[in-house]
Amino acid sequence: MQMNESREIAAPRAQVWQALLDPEVLKKCVPGCQEMTGSAADGFEATVVQKVGPVKATFKGSVTISDVVEGESLTLSGEGKGGAAGFAKGEARVTLADSDAGTILTYDVEAKVGGKLAQLGSRIIDGFAKKMAEQFFSSFQNAVEGPAEPGETPDGETDGEAPAKKGWLKRLVSN
Amino acid sequence: MPKDHGIGASPKRREDVRFLSGTGNYTDDINLNGQAYVHFLRSDVAHGRIDRVDTAAAAAMPGVVRIFTGADFEGVGGLPCGWQVTDRHGQPMAEPGHPVLAQGKVRHVGDPIAAVVADTYEQARDAAEAIELDIEELPAVVDMKAALRDGAPKVHDDLAGNLCYDWGFVEENREAVDKAIKEAAHVTTLELVNQRMVANPMEPRVAVGDYNRATGDHTLYTTSQNPHVIRLLMGAFVLGIPEHKLRVVAPDVGGGFGTKIFHYAEEAFCTFAAKAVNRPVKWTSSRSEAFMSDAHGRDHVTKIELALDAENNFVALRTDTHANMGAYLSTFAPSVPTWLHGTLMAGNYKTPLIYVNVKAVFTNTVPVDAYRGAGRPEATFQLERVIDKAARELGVDPVALRRQNFITEFPYATPVAVEYDTGDYNATMDKLIEIGDFAGFAARRAASEAKGKLRGLGVNCYIEACGIAPSNLVGQLGARAGLYESATVRVNATGGLVVMTGSHSHGQGHETAFPQVIAEMIGIDESMVEIVHGDTANTPMGMGTYGSRSLAVGGSAMVRATEKIINKAKRIAAHLMEASESDIELKDGQFSVAGTDKSVAWGDVTLAAYVPHNYPLEDIEPGLEETAFYDPSNFTYPSGAYACEVEVDPETGRVTIERMTAADDFGNIVNPMIVSGQVHGGLAQGIGQALLEGCVYDENGQLLSASYMDYAMPRADDLPFYTVDHSCVTPCTHNPLGVKGCGEAGAIGSPPSVVNAVVDALQSAGRDVTHIDMPLSPARVWAALQG
Repeated sequence: MQMNESREIAAPRAQVWQALLDPEVLKKCVPGCQEMTGSAADGFEATVVQKVGPVKATFKGSVTISDVVEGESLTLSGEGKGGAAGFAKGEARVTLADSDAGTILTYDVEAKVGGKLAQLGSRIIDGFAKKMAEQFFSSFQNAVEGPAEPGETPDGETDGEAPAKKGWLKRLVSN
Repeated sequence: MPKDHGIGASPKRREDVRFLSGTGNYTDDINLNGQAYVHFLRSDVAHGRIDRVDTAAAAAMPGVVRIFTGADFEGVGGLPCGWQVTDRHGQPMAEPGHPVLAQGKVRHVGDPIAAVVADTYEQARDAAEAIELDIEELPAVVDMKAALRDGAPKVHDDLAGNLCYDWGFVEENREAVDKAIKEAAHVTTLELVNQRMVANPMEPRVAVGDYNRATGDHTLYTTSQNPHVIRLLMGAFVLGIPEHKLRVVAPDVGGGFGTKIFHYAEEAFCTFAAKAVNRPVKWTSSRSEAFMSDAHGRDHVTKIELALDAENNFVALRTDTHANMGAYLSTFAPSVPTWLHGTLMAGNYKTPLIYVNVKAVFTNTVPVDAYRGAGRPEATFQLERVIDKAARELGVDPVALRRQNFITEFPYATPVAVEYDTGDYNATMDKLIEIGDFAGFAARRAASEAKGKLRGLGVNCYIEACGIAPSNLVGQLGARAGLYESATVRVNATGGLVVMTGSHSHGQGHETAFPQVIAEMIGIDESMVEIVHGDTANTPMGMGTYGSRSLAVGGSAMVRATEKIINKAKRIAAHLMEASESDIELKDGQFSVAGTDKSVAWGDVTLAAYVPHNYPLEDIEPGLEETAFYDPSNFTYPSGAYACEVEVDPETGRVTIERMTAADDFGNIVNPMIVSGQVHGGLAQGIGQALLEGCVYDENGQLLSASYMDYAMPRADDLPFYTVDHSCVTPCTHNPLGVKGCGEAGAIGSPPSVVNAVVDALQSAGRDVTHIDMPLSPARVWAALQG
């Protein structure tokens, strides 16, 4: 399946770029990620737990970053093996461009599943993949810019702590 | 008055007592002392090169007995193909190897790579997850036409391409057919798909292998329609076990529909592994596994052209079919699109010139083989759809066009190599029109239209070749086995009989119907006859059950053996009554001397045979047991006419079947209730194909329809009450019972009438719809309505 979306992030392009290459950010943003090691240069090893329809599985796999145009675009490729559940593969071409409010992030995703995931989940896999991509990039947005305002976080929760308005990444990088 | 016993009666099925009370003995009910369980690690890619299979970590897992990979089967034979087709140019088909466990490459999702034998099934499954596997995924071919293009990925590297064979039939007719079509007054052309089906018997496949180290005897318990065939194929071609050291048992089997004919890797594996680990080894398929390892059915893509003269007589027929073989050749796969399909293209019609071209293609999909009807539904669907389209193009009544072209004189030699012995196609059509109440259709359509629905009536005929044999003919056609049937009739001292038949019952009701025949012949109660089947240790070598052959071929063998019994019993009776053998008559279980009041009972004679105190031992051997092998001289040709009435909701495209009517000529009928049941089941499967079922792969060869969430089996509320009739009888002329076979008719005869009915409904609303491919899902019908 294929999909593409773009979203505007209220942060300068250099900061968004830096975040894209940060394993800590990726770990926080990949939905269901339990573990991530490695580096942008050598690739990451990841363990992700996900449930697709009736199939719940632990995927062990790798994420590599390629086709890097510094500060502008890169390709994130991931492949996870879920044992009896089958496998999932995906590639996201991510492009950054300056905008009035900060940065426009555009992603072009192609995803593929196989084995039991395809056999049992094919009807729901498109919706699932779309949801995963949305979750990833909205977590990413939050990580970079922090939730816009209290009460406007995606899950509607507010946090009494004032610093929560800042993204944890902002806190991290501003230290 | 209907008969209450013997041939023509409808006693309740005696086997149903155990099937309906949970006391059947299915293969999965068999558990042997010390048994281990196997789980197969199957490919989740459609095509790939196996770079590494590392079982070390998995082998250390709890309970693991041993892990097998392709390497363990080097030097072991592959799964054999039982039918060789010769192509248009006289060359044998491409016949790739079919290893028990994948060697070097995986070729479809579900291809077994490794097998874990463990103390429990759960331990085997867990350990399979720990096998480290490196498979380099290769581009897959799924679409048949794409598979034949230059540069397409090759399923088998050692073959020239993905073409299994290019078959022409009858090749000598090719030019004459081309010429006739070119010169015809009218040609109707139709391109259609007969979609891939999954048989889905209620009982998944199971195998239990056992080995006796003391005697060297192997036993395989398996869900098979033909245990002797499995013994021959597996013993002789795969594992090299002589038949006297190999017993194959197919106990109660919960439905086959063709998919349990074939010899599968799991059977060979369990037999092999039981010796290797010195423990019984059991495999029970999960439903998900069944979807990707049971042979699939159908999967033909066809272009058919019907040429008519100015008077609407059929003058020529030409077809161009691509038939999917899947990744390997299943046991009888090559025969299905050829000899079981091309020979039926004449249908019920006197078309003088026919040419059938079939290209069989390897793809990265589960192997395809016979499924209820096997080739004949594909032939019938094409022919009856194109005739319907021709009638609509020509503005003539579809029934009248069919009648005009019916074969009416028998025997009739078709231009596609078979000779129909008997039939009366007008009689079944008349019966159909009567019991289907065609006269009331206009009023029913008006009533449907009044509530905003469209109503359509579709009709089709069918003919099938059943009772497969004759062996000398099928041998010429490429079969690598004989196709006779066998029966041993053993009479006990007190008069009861046991019939050991080579046929196999997996839902057909042999245990009830076969005794009716013997009871009729001898004049005794059916309860005195017991049927034994399914065990190579206690039945004579037989070829099993498929192609609606059990009664026509197996029943005939039983009749022949019983005739021998009666002849011998008459000699004994003659001795007991001091009469001439030629004067002895047998009626109602009594032997009497013609013209006298002298008689002895059946039981007196059978007792004398085993307690031969007063017995002509110098002339006759004691005992009363006879075996017969029967090989028919021709196929049988059941035929019929079917009608379907549908209602279509134009808002949603949903089709509901309002009436389904079947008028069949099965020749003589032994048990009308069982025959009706067989037709009902076939209709359900035919309607399932027409409206609901379909196996779907994505372009990467991933199987997308591998559960009942995605593969739509027909349910009770998808099906109407059926009107079935089998009172039109033209007995088969060449078997002793005059029977033709009824097992597949419903599945062959129903899909075209359903599609014809939906097209009729849509055309009644002024839509220019000439064809919709099956399954006729609401989405497809709705799209057709939008035009």
